[in-house]
Amino acid sequence: MKSGHGEVVIAEGDVNAAEDEERLMEEFRRQIESGLWAAVPVQDAMNQRSARMVRSFEDVPRDAERVIFMPRAAGG
Amino acid sequence: MLLALGASLIVAVALLFDLVGPALVEAWKRMRARRRRLENFLMADPGRERRAEQRARELLRSCVNDEEWSMYRELGFIRVWSAREAHDSGGEVAYLIYPHRPLISFLVSTGTPLQEHCVVFPDDPGPGGSDRLPDSDDVLAKWMSLTGDELRFLATANEHAVGRQVKIDQVRSDIWRLSRWEGSRMRAAAHDEPDASAPVHTD
Repeated sequence: MKSGHGEVVIAEGDVNAAEDEERLMEEFRRQIESGLWAAVPVQDAMNQRSARMVRSFEDVPRDAERVIFMPRAAGG
Repeated sequence: MLLALGASLIVAVALLFDLVGPALVEAWKRMRARRRRLENFLMADPGRERRAEQRARELLRSCVNDEEWSMYRELGFIRVWSAREAHDSGGEVAYLIYPHRPLISFLVSTGTPLQEHCVVFPDDPGPGGSDRLPDSDDVLAKWMSLTGDELRFLATANEHAVGRQVKIDQVRSDIWRLSRWEGSRMRAAAHDEPDASAPVHTD
């Protein structure tokens, strides 16, 4: 998510394809190093929805459809 | 003679530049800034914010559940249950998430507002020069942070008594509206469900 834009797709790919995974991993690292937070929307067996905050690419579930990056929160 | 004149001219120009140089540079910068502002104004797209908000709404809708989406659409905020044990507050706690306003925690059993949790998501200024996320992105960022890591998120926020940024009357009114809204949804759901006690007719 980005001011003045809303959702912007940064990278897409299949984590099971080595080349894609490398690219996604690199992009993930770039976003985190630029100071963004990352979250993965999840749904449990009871259909309850929530998010999982992830700090490294390894934390992202392999079956995750997307990772959402957002600006880091600060006290307002 | 010519050489002396030339040297004098160079010295005079250098002295003159020393005197008026800074003012000229300043004037040049001001002119460029005015031109940039004019260009931004002329190139401004009045629909950009609306389209950004539309995209943000679609993203929010794809992440939250149907009840939360309806709540946001109809009431203007989302209620998120706290995962914390609220020993000190004496019961279950929930939050109201508003766009670009503090989170409000409240005691579910009594509807008593507890605190304002002031938090922002400052972004690099976008094309319009604003560092504000679209409203629905701001709500989604709070929703993800709260449901993903409540304690870390709350540790980031500045906490204040309710009423500092959001009027306490409005908070009470919103909690009341939420309970009415949930009541009407439950009644509608009960009405739609087949009555188990009703006699079953078979041919």
